[in-house]
This record gives sequence, C-alpha cells and structure tokens, in this order.
Amino acid sequence: MSIHRRTQRLFESSLVKEALGQSFIKLNPRIMFRNPVMFTVEICTAIMLAVCIWILTGEKTQGGLVYNIIVFAVLFLTLLFANFAEAIAEARGKAQADSLRKTREDTPAKKIFPVGEILTNEVKIVPSSQLSKGDLFLCEAGDIIPMDGEIIHGIATIDESAITGESAPVIREAGGDKSSVTGGTKVLSDHIKVRVTTEPGESFLDKMIALVEGASRQKTPNEIALTILLAGFTLIFIIVCVTLEPFGKYANTPITIAAFISLFVCLIPTTIGGLLSAIGIAGMDRALRANVITKSGKAVETAGDVDTLLLDKTGTITIGNRKATNFYPANGVAIDAFIQACALSSLADETPEGKSIIELSNLDKNSFNTTGAKFIEFTAETRSSGIDLPNGLKILKGAFDSIRNIITKAGNDFPVETADRVKIISSNGGTPLVVSENGKVLGVIELQDIIKPGINERFERLRRMGIKTVMVTGDNPLTAKFIAEKAGVDDFIAEAKPEDKMVYIKKEQQQGKLVAMMGDGTNDAPALAQADVGVAMNSGTAAAKEAGNMVDLDNDPTKLIEVVEIGKQLLMTRGTLTTFSIANDVAKYFAIVPALFIISIPALQGLNIMHLHSPESAILSAVIFNAIIIPLLIPLALKGVAYKPIGASALLRRNLLVYGLGGVIVPFIGIKLLDMIVSIWF
Amino acid sequence: MNTEIFGVIAMFVITVLLAIPLGRYIGKVYNGDKTWLDFIFNPVDNLFFKAGGIKPEKEMTWQQSMVALLVINLVWFLLSMLVLMSMSWLPLNPDGNPSMTPDLAFNTTVSFVANTNLQHYSGETGVSYLGQLLLMFFQFVSAGTGMAACAVVFKAIKEKSTQNPGNFYNYFIKSCTRILLPLSIVVAIILMFNGTPMTFKGKDQFISMQGDTVNVSRGPAAAMIAIKQLGTNGGGYFGVNSAHPFENPNYFTNMVENICIILIPAALIFALGYMLKRKRFTWIVFGIMTLGFLLLVIPSIYNEKHGSTAVGKMGILQSHGSTEGKEVRFGAAASAYWGISTTVTSNGSVNAMHDSFTPLTGMFAMLGMMINSFYGGVGVGFLNFYIFIIIAVFISGLMVGRTPEFMGKKIEAKEIKIASIIALLHPFLILVGTAIASRLYAHDPTAYAGWLNNPGNHGFSEMLYEFTSSSANNGSGFEGLGDNTPFWNIACGTVMLLARFLPIIGPVAIAGILAKKKYVPESAGTLKTDTSTFGIMVFAVIFIVAALSFFPALALGPISEFFGMR
Repeated sequence: MSIHRRTQRLFESSLVKEALGQSFIKLNPRIMFRNPVMFTVEICTAIMLAVCIWILTGEKTQGGLVYNIIVFAVLFLTLLFANFAEAIAEARGKAQADSLRKTREDTPAKKIFPVGEILTNEVKIVPSSQLSKGDLFLCEAGDIIPMDGEIIHGIATIDESAITGESAPVIREAGGDKSSVTGGTKVLSDHIKVRVTTEPGESFLDKMIALVEGASRQKTPNEIALTILLAGFTLIFIIVCVTLEPFGKYANTPITIAAFISLFVCLIPTTIGGLLSAIGIAGMDRALRANVITKSGKAVETAGDVDTLLLDKTGTITIGNRKATNFYPANGVAIDAFIQACALSSLADETPEGKSIIELSNLDKNSFNTTGAKFIEFTAETRSSGIDLPNGLKILKGAFDSIRNIITKAGNDFPVETADRVKIISSNGGTPLVVSENGKVLGVIELQDIIKPGINERFERLRRMGIKTVMVTGDNPLTAKFIAEKAGVDDFIAEAKPEDKMVYIKKEQQQGKLVAMMGDGTNDAPALAQADVGVAMNSGTAAAKEAGNMVDLDNDPTKLIEVVEIGKQLLMTRGTLTTFSIANDVAKYFAIVPALFIISIPALQGLNIMHLHSPESAILSAVIFNAIIIPLLIPLALKGVAYKPIGASALLRRNLLVYGLGGVIVPFIGIKLLDMIVSIWF
Repeated sequence: MNTEIFGVIAMFVITVLLAIPLGRYIGKVYNGDKTWLDFIFNPVDNLFFKAGGIKPEKEMTWQQSMVALLVINLVWFLLSMLVLMSMSWLPLNPDGNPSMTPDLAFNTTVSFVANTNLQHYSGETGVSYLGQLLLMFFQFVSAGTGMAACAVVFKAIKEKSTQNPGNFYNYFIKSCTRILLPLSIVVAIILMFNGTPMTFKGKDQFISMQGDTVNVSRGPAAAMIAIKQLGTNGGGYFGVNSAHPFENPNYFTNMVENICIILIPAALIFALGYMLKRKRFTWIVFGIMTLGFLLLVIPSIYNEKHGSTAVGKMGILQSHGSTEGKEVRFGAAASAYWGISTTVTSNGSVNAMHDSFTPLTGMFAMLGMMINSFYGGVGVGFLNFYIFIIIAVFISGLMVGRTPEFMGKKIEAKEIKIASIIALLHPFLILVGTAIASRLYAHDPTAYAGWLNNPGNHGFSEMLYEFTSSSANNGSGFEGLGDNTPFWNIACGTVMLLARFLPIIGPVAIAGILAKKKYVPESAGTLKTDTSTFGIMVFAVIFIVAALSFFPALALGPISEFFGMR
C-alpha cells in the first residue's frame, strides 16, 4: 500500500474561503449552462427575483412579500450550495496538486549548452523555467532535479520522498527501464546527464491540475449520459409544472408563481445535478491522493469497468526478486565444495539472485582469492555466468538447458538425479540454477519467489469484483503455474516477451473485455497504449509514461487495484445520489401538491399525509429541504460511496435500500421537521 | 369463495396458463423454428411473400425495418381516408350509413392504423359493412405491425452482435398469419356459438311487447370482436362495445374475451424468454408487470364491490357493489377486472361505462394507460417496458460501479437520449393535450359547454382520460365527453399518431444500436438483470417517472373527486 501522507480535512478553512468566492463567480450563466439542471434553477431564481420586484410595485395576487423573498433566497442558496460543492472539490484537488507542484518551484539548473560562449558543451546555471524539451542538464550529488527528464548518461541514487513520500533512496540510471527522473527530487550521490522530456507547463502534473481546475475538464461518457437523463427528467417536470397552470385555471385554483417554481425546483433532480461535477472532480482528486496522476477523467471511470488486470509477477505478486533457498550437490560432490563453487561463481554477479547466493553460502566475499580470475558475464545467448580461475577451473551457473548444452558438448552425461531435482524445484515454483565445473555437473541451486503477504486476499477481493487477474512472468510455465496457484491469480503468461502482453491484451479486448496493465519499460509502451487503462510507473521511461493514461508516482505495482476501486466508487457515487435525488420526489409531491390546491379544494386535505401546517409552510419546508440536502451530501460526494466487493446484485440491493428507500423516507422526516419550525411564522 | 372473485381469479390463471405455451409458439415463429402448424402456414406465407415480392431471408437493418413499417402504414392511412369518406356510395352498405366528415375520418383512420380504436362514431350508424371490414383489416395489420416491431427488438437483444435484426416483412406477415389469424378464428367461432352475429344482411326487425317495431343492427361482428380483443385493438362493432349483448352475450364470452385481452401481450414476454433462453429474466419481467397489474386491479375490484360512497350516503343498499353503468350479467368484479385489463394493455374495449366507475377505479384505469407497459399493447407493451428497463439499467448499473450494461451491451449517451425522449413523450402528449383543452374550456365555459357532461373534477377526468387513452393508443373513452368535434378529432388524432410511431421507433432504434455494439461477457461485477432487486428497481423507475408525473393532474381529477365524496 502506498503511504497517504497528504491527508487533509474535508473542509479546510482556507479552501472553504476560496470555494465560497468561487460559488459566486460560478453564478455566471455562461458557466452555469454546462449543467442543465442547475441552469434551470438559475432561471427560476431570476423569475422569483422578478416576482419579488413585481410585488414591491403593488401586485397583490402572488402572496406576501416576505414569503416570496424567502423562496427567492432559498433558491439562491440552492444555487450557491451546488456551486460550492463544485468549488470545494476543485479547491481540494488544486491544493493537492499545488503541494506536488511546490516541489518543482524554480530551481537552478545546470544546463548544458552544446555550443557555449567559450567551450562546446559548456555548463551554465539557469533557472529551471528556461529549460525546454530536448535540453540537457547535469545533476550532481545534492542537486534538486529541475525538470522531468530521462537520464542519458550516468547512474545516481535519488531521494524521491518529495513526490512519493518514500524515504528510501532509489537508483536511476541511463538505459533500461529506470531512466526517468522527476523534477523536485534530489540527487544523493553520483552525477547524471539528463534530457528534458516535457515542455514547461506540459508535464503530467500540469495536465492534471488543468483537469481539476475545470479549464480542460471534459465530461466523461457516463457523465454525459447521466446529464442527458437528468435533463430528460427536468423536461418532464417542466411539462408537469407548466401544464398545471391551465389545470388550475379549469379548477378555479389560482396557483402563485412561487408555488409553481417551488414545485418545479423540488421535483427536478437538483441534488445530483448540484453534486455531479463535484463527484467527478473528487474522483480525480482521490486518484491524486493515492499518488496516481490521471491524464483524463475518463481513465478513472474506465478503471472501474476493468475486467482483466495484467500484473507483473516481480514486485507485484512476489517481493522483489528470487532468493537462493537451497543447495543440492550432485552425487559424489561434497556439500561444502559445492557451496564454495556456487559462491565463487557468484562473486561478480551483481544481480539480486547472485547476491542471495553469497548470502546463503554464509561465506565472506573477501576471503576468496580472485587475482587473475576472469568473470564471465551473463548474456542473453549463453544464459549463464560464472568465473574462469587462473588454475584452469571454469565454474558456470545458469539455466538448466543452457548448462545441459555445455555438458553434452563436453561429452559428458547429465546426471539423472540432478535432472530430477531440477524438475522438483520447478514444480514447486522455484527456479533451478545448475552449476557446472569444466563440463561436469556440480549440483543445483534452488531459487524461490517470496509471495507478498496479503496478496492472496487482494486477488480474492478482485475476483469478487468480477476482475480476472493475470500474472505476467518470464519464468517457465511450470514455475509460473505454481506461483499463480499459490498467489491465487486466475491466469498467467509464462516466459513472457513484451509482445506477449500485447497479444494477450488484444485477445481479451476481442472478447469485449477492458484490460488494465501496469508497466515501466519502453518495450511495455505499445501494450500500455493498447490497454484500456495503462498505468505507467513514474520511474519508467518517458515512452512508457507517454503511452499510458495514468502515472503512478509511488511506482507501486499493486496500485492498479486501488485505481479500480476509485473508478468504481466514482460511478457508484453518481448512481446512488441520482437514485436518492429521484426518490426524494415522492415526499416532495406529497408536500407540495396538496399545498397547491388545498385552498380551493379543501377535500384534498386528505392528501396532506404529513399534516403540514399551511400551504406556505409546506412549500417553504420542501424548498428548504431541497436546498440544504446539497451541502449535507457534499462530504459523501467528495469521499465517495464505499465500494464493497460483495457482488453486483448484493451491492445493488444494499445501495437501493440505503439510497433508494432512504431517499424516499428521509425527506418525509426532513420536511415534517422543517415544517414544525417554519410553521412558527407561516 | 365469492363466485364473482373466483371468476376473476380463474380468468387470470387461465390467461397465464395459456400465455406460456403460446409464448413458446410465438418464440418459435420469430426464431424461424419448426412448428406443427408449418404444413398449413408455409404455403400461406409463401403466397403472401410471392405476391408482395418479399424475400423473407433478406436481412434488414433496423432503419430499413422502420422505413418499411412507416411506408405500409402510410398506404393504409390513405386507403382508409378514401374509403371512410366515400363509403356511403360504395358497396356493402345495406343500412345506408353516411360517409364520414374529414376530421372524423382522420381521427378514425389514425385511431385504427395506430392500434388505438378510439371511436368518435357509433358502429351501428357511423360506418358501412365495407367500412367495418376495412377497420377489421386494420385491426389485424396494426397488431401485426406492433408485434413485428417487437420481434425486431427481440432479435436485436438476442444476437450477440449484428447489423441486421431480422426482416420486418417476414415478422409482420408471420405475426398476422401464424398468430393473429388462427387465434381469431378460434375465438370468433366460440363467439358465434354463443350468439354473436356474423352476417352481411342489414338490420333485423322485431316487434316488442309494447307493439313497437324495433330495428336491430347486426353484421359481420364475431370476426371483428375476436381480433379486437386479441390484437389489443378494442374497437367494437357496435357503439357500446363489449357491453352490447351481441358483442359479449354472456359471462362465458366475457371470460373468453377478457382472457384474449391479456393473452398475446403476456405471451410475448414468454416468447422473449424462449428466444433469449433466459427463463429467470422472463419471469422477472412478467412478475413486475403482474405486480403492477395486481396493484391496480385489486383495489379496483375492491372499490367496485363496495359501491359508491355517494350512493351509499343516500341510504341505498349496494350489496352487488357499484352497479351503475355495469351489465348485471357480468357483475362489479368482472367489470372492474375488465376495466383494468383493457387499460393496462392498450386494448380499450369496454364492458362497462368507465365514466361510472368509482373515482379511484377511474384513476387506476388511467394509471394503467399512463404507465402503458404492464403487459401493454401487443408488441408495443414490451417496447414501452424496454425503455424503462434501459433507464433502470443505467441508474442501477452506475450504482454497482460499472458502466451500465444490458444483455452484454453498454448503455451510453445515445441510448439514454432516445430513452429519455420516449419516456418524456407520453406525459408530454397527455398533459399538454389536457392543458390545452382545460385552457379552452376555462377561458370560455359556455362556448365549450357541449364538451363535458359533468363539470368540475369529473369533467377534468373526462378530458384527461381522453388524452391519456389517445396517447396510450388505448381507445377506450371515459365517455360523457362530447368528442365528435373538430377539436377532439384532430387533437386526439395527432396525439395517437405521435404516440404510436415514436414509441415504436425509439425502442427499435435503441435495440438496433445496441445490437451493433461489441458484446461484453458477463462477470461477477456485471449487474444481473434477472434478479428481484433489479425488478424492484424497474418498478420504482416506472412508479416515479411514469406514475408520479401525473400526480398533480390526478389530484385535480379523480383524487379530488374521491376526497370530495367522503
């Protein structure tokens, strides 16, 4: 799990202040127009204002001035509440983004000028804002990296705690998959040459900030569909309310404009209408809080729909790398001699596996005399590494088949019991490393994967969400199968080459499934682009980051699981609040409809099942309830409805009970309580 | 048990028992599977296909199907206008009935082509036998049109991914020849044996006990009555519809006709289940519809059995319930049951005066038409229900945290747009129509005094009912409304026209668009549409969107009347 450092109270006073100001600015009809439901409320508010002025000029048929002014004020508040919801969500998102942006305030950059004033490749200190895409700069121990970029030369340890909150330094080096550096992080040792990869103001973070601020926020497909549905409801209620005028005429029941407007505003789905954009922004904000930068709101939403999750074995399912767990000498080889040989062959092996062999051998690295020895590096062709000692001994360790080739070439037989041991290790999920000495088998080293504690439960949770998990690994199928079973993933791709991921993703997509994957290397880039949700690690190459639609600042491979839940929460919050908003109408009808007609048709008192005090108090209570429910639901809109992986039907039942039935009952109680207060005056 | 109640329960149980096998049969017909009736119908259908130049195997896109539907309906419209406006001098007019005025002809034509059968005329004096036969023809083809559109939707839902959800003409011909025609023949024969006339002779005469000579209208009635019930048409041969002793001679024929009213709409649900191979989903849909139907019919029967409060206050004993406006041979319970059956299904035939129902029963009848999808009209009932399913799927899909899907297809903005417009149309037509009428009347009550038999709340109900009935393509009237005037003829005609074709095109368009989309396999995270929870969701959507929109209007009509009577 990532560390959620930037915790924030829901309503921090500085944010509230900013949001309050924004609430008024957002009253601008041109901004309001984006939200059809609230836009109609704004028109209604304007009409009520006109009615109030009309009464001031002497009109007598529209009820008391105070009553009309209150209706106007409540409608105005409804608008402000809705704007406030959006503004506070924006403010929170912005604050979140700002705290990240602070890390990249103007820092001095050691820019390299290919043709300088005096020398070629002259280094000059310039402010970071003067760096543009393609420029090169140097960073040495103690420097703050001025811009996002890719290391083109050198290796360095870097403190990324400013971005990730993780205090352990990480290693970044040119070439390979860990070549990216982020502006604002600090170089702890060594020096690197970096090429700037983004124009100023166009980094992912800048894009994210723009998204949150609303400037470039586009509605997601689901949001558009929901807006259409809500507009449809609004239209129905326009018809219901407008036709009431002639009906009232026929029944000799004059209905005041205030009553019409109140009925209308209460019936249209203002609750969800007012909170809709806040919910969307809060979703992106939650992603940011989990240290995931999204390139669009749609990506978060799509994450909620994901059917298949591609996860790299290493780092996600297993802890880091394999470790040596056992030495199995061949028949006739003494265990101590075997261990000695193993350690010798791994002396120069800097891979985690090689180190773990030394560790397991319990021998001191420095006790060996390696003068004159030649180390044999691991290559993809030989798939083995080892040492060539001056005394003529050549110790090699490597994959079973590559060593077997060497043995048979030397004219020797591969011992049967060692071959059996190799099989046993593989089928137990281990990786066998065969060690040979001058063409003779010495024994086998067993390497084992350590499965992350708790990962089983996470996969179980995903399964209950209906998501298929796929493990991607370079291991052989036997090993892969063992780990897949042990970790509880549904499927695996063994001996995976980068294009295998691509093939698998396409196959799943062909069946109509949405696929999410996480990757870092340049060779992951095509698959990241192909996947519906591609999360690139921040440490990954620029190409990978460009290809994906999210960037994880923590480089945490299990982050995908969180992203999926954030996406689901986002949709659920919209759905439940829509249900709540529409269910509220039942009570509002029963509050307002009798109030409209009761004066001329006293018999309709029978419909006044809440026994509201008077027509005025009933109407006022309903509009007040309608207004205050918006701020009351802001916390829910910002936090999101909790997702529980209990299956879709159970989830629907639960939400329908809480927000549907609750939505029917709550306003009955709320309006009645308000009426008891309002009836003191009306 | 009370025999009246028993009779009603028996009717319902028999309906369901017949609907299940019939649904299987209809499913086979639309699937193109073999049935045991093929040896008769294959040659019959081929005759039609040859004559019409139809290639039944040729696939059509949903747009092509809808164009075909509109074109054949336009042809019928023109034909009907021609005949109705000139029938006085056309053959088969033994009683010498006059031609229709243009506005009445427009209203009648639209009404029959649109499967509504709102009748602003009286059959005995208003149309010739040729006119009646023409109208009977429309009763077949308009029902066939609705069923064929429904079949297109079924097929579109069934296919995993297709551009062409079947051939409209194929479904249309087969609906008429293989489903409506054989059933109608059976029902017509039952009616004939019970005394319904089937003749081309003119009026009969008899001398009453007072010595007066009485002219009795007759004609080819049995055939028309069979299809009017089976095809949810409702247009009677005689003015008073199935309250007429020739149309509905006894309690037995009443049961037969009432079973026919719900039979095909219910059977189509089972046909869907057969085609999709989804039993649970079928039962959920059928269950919601039945729940809605029972919620309307049970209180209605209760109200009619208990009589009118106003009559009770006069000290009159109402041991047989509210009998005013009802036929004694059917009784209060069977009349109420019919009243609700005919309104929920958009049938519109009546065996009692709906104007005389107690206020709340009148409201339930209106609600049945306002919702218009508890069983609903043949074919179109499911199409209306489909719209509510789409809206319910959308909201509940969001509630479980996924982009909403129905039968493996994602519901997106376009579908929601169409569904919203269609859901909006029905309240729009009813409320705006009634509003215009109310406005006119309120503006100058003396000029429009001929409209309303009853002023006040009941008069309002009469106007509301007329537009509701038109928009629901129901065709029953609250009566008591002077409706053969240019205003009502043209207003109702327009409403019927819009309310017929848009709600057919909308759902077919949604189904057609969804059919083209990529199929998404179900997973544990997918919303299941065959659970009772989802059923409740659909019911709630229907209740809040369809029923509650009319609450203010109903409050001024039947609800005020109800409370006023107490």
